[in-house]
Amino acid sequence: MAAGSTYTPIATTTLGSNQAEITFNSIGGYTDLVLIVSAKQTPALNTQYIRFNGDTGTNYSYTILSGNGTSAVSARGTSQDRWYSGYYGVPPTDSYGIEIYNFQNYANTTTYKTGLSRTNRASGGVDAMVGLWRSTSAITSITYGISGVSAYLTSGSTFTLYGILAA
Amino acid sequence: MANTYTLIASSTVGSGGTATISFGSIPSTYTDLKLVYSARNTVSGTQEFIKVTFNSNTSSYTLRSLQGDGNAASSNSWSFQWIGYAVGSTATASTFSNGEIYIPNYLSSNNKSFSSDNVAENNTTSAQSIMAANLWSNTAAITSIDLTMQGGYDFVQYTTAYLYGISNS
Repeated sequence: MAAGSTYTPIATTTLGSNQAEITFNSIGGYTDLVLIVSAKQTPALNTQYIRFNGDTGTNYSYTILSGNGTSAVSARGTSQDRWYSGYYGVPPTDSYGIEIYNFQNYANTTTYKTGLSRTNRASGGVDAMVGLWRSTSAITSITYGISGVSAYLTSGSTFTLYGILAA
Repeated sequence: MANTYTLIASSTVGSGGTATISFGSIPSTYTDLKLVYSARNTVSGTQEFIKVTFNSNTSSYTLRSLQGDGNAASSNSWSFQWIGYAVGSTATASTFSNGEIYIPNYLSSNNKSFSSDNVAENNTTSAQSIMAANLWSNTAAITSIDLTMQGGYDFVQYTTAYLYGISNS
């Protein structure tokens, strides 16, 4: 592999205290983005979400394929105020989960933006999701959070956003 | 610019085949590991399980899988080192299963959660596509990774595996 210029860490954070959201800004200059999450949450199991550019309008939709070790299911949500991007990947107890997000061609100003997520916890289940943000704006910030009242990502959770450059 | 996505080592199986693909002495200079493979094995059947072993420790592995075979989707729980299938000797000639595992924070003192994806397409009436949430309940830093086949079968010639180190700084 050519030395290093095509896969660059943009920002990395290890939470020093509990918080509900984390936002990545100043993410320009790349072709695609990858977000790696290794996190826990408190106090219970709630759904993770993604928002782009702080948009809280009902401009998101998603489709999930999920397995809990017993059955496989699929579901959809349309006209949501966020991309509900995973369920099993951030456990409230036991070991850290793992989540991998891909945001392709995120800076274009022509098309709506599609993201992919793979969220995992061996004691809970596995999800594969696609999310759509109906905006032609370039993505300039990404907010990752936990839904639910008084729900928090816990101290020690790690988040790294990588930029991939096509040339 | 720093090289943050680095090939640590690779393996291409020769004409005699091999029972184990090993990556030892993994440097402690990265944040995450990614293992990408393309595999076929000698089982007399269409496919067999691929197993991963960290630090030569074969215990305390669990997973939940989500898979489809072209006919139905299902999900299962396992206490096993499984990361997917490698097609076998009766599978369509020249087909190899492809897959990858992603291991975040492989040096941490936490148990090691990792993600696996695998496909075993072979242009027949049934083929597997699998994703899984895996866990090795061990707090040791990962220093070696072995790939083997369930049943002790060999990986065949042209099987490949690449181990990458990813740094977050």
